[in-house]
Amino acid sequence: MADYRWPEAGKRSLIGKRISRLDGPVKSSGRVKYTYDVDRPNMLYGKMVLSPYAQATIKSIDTTAAEKMPGVKAVQVMREPGTEILWAGQEVVAVAAETEEQARDAARRVVVNYEKLPHLVRDVEPAKAGDRAKPAAEQTEGDPDKAFQEAEVTVEGQYGCSVITHCCLEAHGQATEWEGDNLTVWASTQNVSGIGGEFATGLKIPAGNVRTLTPVMGGGFGSKFGADTWGVACAQLAKKAGRPVKMMLERDHELMVAGARPSIHAKVRVGAQKDGTITAWSSESWGTGGMGTGGSPRLPYVFRIPNQRKRHTAVLTNIGPVRAWRAPNHPQLCLITMAALEDLAAKLGIDPVEMFLKNIGMTGELSKVYAAELQKAAELIEWQKKWHPRGDKAPGVIKRGLGISLHTWGGGGHPSNCACAIHPDGSVEVSLGSQDLGTGTRTVIAIIAAETLGLPLEAVKVNIGDSHYPQSGGSGGSTTVGGVSASTRRATTNALNELLAKMAPSLGVENDQLEAVGGRIQVKGNPSKGMSWKQACAKLGTTPINATGQTSITTPTGPSARDLISSGVGGVQMAEVAVDIETGVVKLEKLVAVQDCGLIIDLKTAESQVYGGCIMGVCYALYEEKIMDEQTGRCLNPDMEFYKLAGIADIGELVVHMMTGPGYDERGVIGLGEPPVISSGALTPDKVLAALEKGGAA
Amino acid sequence: MPKRPKSPESDHPKVKGGPEESGRKQAGLGRRDFVKLVGGTGVAVTAGVLTKEALLPAESNAQAAAGRRGIGPGPVNITLRVNGEDKDVAVEPRVTLLDVLRDRLHLTGAKKVCDRGTCGACTVIVSGKAIYSCTMLAIDAANSSADILTIEGLAPEGQLHAVSAAFVDNDAQQCGFCTPGFVMACKAYLDAQPNPTYEQVKAALGGNLCRCGTYVGVRKAVLDAAMRMKGGRS
Ligand code: FES
Ligand code: FES
Repeated sequence: MADYRWPEAGKRSLIGKRISRLDGPVKSSGRVKYTYDVDRPNMLYGKMVLSPYAQATIKSIDTTAAEKMPGVKAVQVMREPGTEILWAGQEVVAVAAETEEQARDAARRVVVNYEKLPHLVRDVEPAKAGDRAKPAAEQTEGDPDKAFQEAEVTVEGQYGCSVITHCCLEAHGQATEWEGDNLTVWASTQNVSGIGGEFATGLKIPAGNVRTLTPVMGGGFGSKFGADTWGVACAQLAKKAGRPVKMMLERDHELMVAGARPSIHAKVRVGAQKDGTITAWSSESWGTGGMGTGGSPRLPYVFRIPNQRKRHTAVLTNIGPVRAWRAPNHPQLCLITMAALEDLAAKLGIDPVEMFLKNIGMTGELSKVYAAELQKAAELIEWQKKWHPRGDKAPGVIKRGLGISLHTWGGGGHPSNCACAIHPDGSVEVSLGSQDLGTGTRTVIAIIAAETLGLPLEAVKVNIGDSHYPQSGGSGGSTTVGGVSASTRRATTNALNELLAKMAPSLGVENDQLEAVGGRIQVKGNPSKGMSWKQACAKLGTTPINATGQTSITTPTGPSARDLISSGVGGVQMAEVAVDIETGVVKLEKLVAVQDCGLIIDLKTAESQVYGGCIMGVCYALYEEKIMDEQTGRCLNPDMEFYKLAGIADIGELVVHMMTGPGYDERGVIGLGEPPVISSGALTPDKVLAALEKGGAA
Repeated sequence: MPKRPKSPESDHPKVKGGPEESGRKQAGLGRRDFVKLVGGTGVAVTAGVLTKEALLPAESNAQAAAGRRGIGPGPVNITLRVNGEDKDVAVEPRVTLLDVLRDRLHLTGAKKVCDRGTCGACTVIVSGKAIYSCTMLAIDAANSSADILTIEGLAPEGQLHAVSAAFVDNDAQQCGFCTPGFVMACKAYLDAQPNPTYEQVKAALGGNLCRCGTYVGVRKAVLDAAMRMKGGRS
């Protein structure tokens, strides 16, 4: 049985170092081709006709005028008359023409008649939502009534966050091209190995006929897992026209339909003893996830308060289709919980760091990690020096406040297959049907392969972004790094072992006496006895080594992954916020993120993930909201002028500290995409309160 | 200031050596100039096509041949000076510089994201100044005799300009979709301000948006690029 375990700390030449992402140069020189940049010979451009109504039935569709428009080569009805529209911006017809402008002109000539139906686009309180309010069963734990009766202090508050959207800078979309019954799809997707099947189903062709290509992609954040209606329509247009078609969503369409993160609002009551021990939680929450009910939110977050009562009501709205948004549900639950707990600390008159530490046992398995992270974060933000009770007494109109938030995420590894080829000329390829969303997946794979084979990074060619490579999971839930790390480590170890087995006889030793280090195959403890990697590979003659490795399980408890990856991280963030009490402008001054994620493969891109998560958190805490108009049922800000994202000047000072080394490395690799985005969004509302209350608000 | 498009009697609205040449010397469009440009020339062109028959595309140059005033709505032949080369294209007057670069000239480094002058992903340098190419009509770029620099013109394929290299080393990119725009904005910024302080850099490039959250890396990259450009390390 091969030993796949990660090399010990002293023996790692690449793992854990700061390595620049491999696709950095092709990106920052503008040379790499994204899906949006695909330009096939004879390619047509697709545009869609969208419903202006939030809820309606399609009565009739007339495409005759559109078909006669200049440059039009194909028209495809995406939703037949009789079907119901459930949000404004839902696609009805697609048109392909020689130029984008012509396609847009033609789309405007399509005549669709609708029967308008009543809609609801706001996440109003359940009492105002009529039969669109769908209450879930009440959940209790312990004895909340008794706990609240006995509580020495209780605090109440209402907290919430609105619906936001993904706003990937590369819009959703694809280019499609047929060759007979075989379809090639260039897709901006998080799921290279997975979407072919959806295209095949939609087009009624065998799944094996679809090839998906995504060498790079411009952001997904959870919204790009499916073929989508526009994907299938694009392929249908291409079939009809007999030419390749590219159809990317326009920005307004993107913001209207390509992902809504559910909102949540909650009336919360928390009970505690005077010494700060939290004893009881109750929450009445509601929110919208579009037309779906979803489950009951798992409140309170991170802190397992012993006595709880929770009621949740889903409000069905025509806000648009919900898509997973980085760390699904966690940011919302985090915000509500942390805000309520900080209010509690304020009422108790206790420093919240102290209160969180006092109750840290309620965080379960990770309590030691959280305690260490709280201390580190407090040090980095100078909590002792800067913290003051609610209400900034300092003179002037700028009031400051500090806040804390804790988060958690699972991770683990998705199923992944990796093929490793060692060629007689010494070159190495690792191939996986995975994708790099900008998270650094490609670089991580290369680091692991090179580390395992004792080669420099440049010696390894990483092949990803093509569904013809061995199947690997979609990139969601921070499972990619786990999945591809384990499969790559196994495939490259297996390949190396084959090579060593072939070399051992000529060196007169057993296989396990050999190692691959520094571009050489040599006898352990006797480096002079060996040969260069190239010489070794030359001995393969004409037959390359082809080995595979697998991550076959999605939980970290299965035997095949235990040595390499695991799941479950903590993470603590603290922020200092300033409020101008004359203008109401809220500014993030400083944010400190302390994050664990097991064994870090590439410190540089790992830190970038955390910075990025924090900034996305700041965006939704201070700037973002999908604003809906009840009158028309439409999104009022489907553009980047009014759908606000933070700019470079809005983020204050950011400090990231990764927890690494003993106690962390042994846990193996754990994903990092979701965790850092969770707390940052929770940090601001309570900070604003902290700054305003008493001294501030006057 | 850039001039109005030439009348359609000319096959090529941009006539070299004509009065437009002086426009080139005026090196570049500030944001304010740009507003004027759109508000002036842009509107003039649009007004020209807002006639009843103009709303129907197609006949294109037939009208021009018939000696009618105004250009379009069909394609007009223009010459753009891009990365030091003259490029002849036939485009409808309504087509933006961004779309011509991407769809006609296959220069896809500039990205289309908001298409409304908000995000900076489409940034190119026109006569020395960073502009949003999604908010400039291609015919205006031709008529202003502008020198258009796209990211592809920064360095030969396979080589990295100092700014691009600084973005790599400081990991100022994740998905990278915003990156070419940031790189071009950074280049124009450093050309105008070769010695920025960290305080200045904190808010520089405020005209570009990144969804992945690379701003911390971008700040470092701008400072690093400034040093490289001074040190000739490109
Ligand atoms: S695409 Fe031009 S500014 Fe956004
Ligand atoms: S790196 Fe993805 S948008 Fe900036």
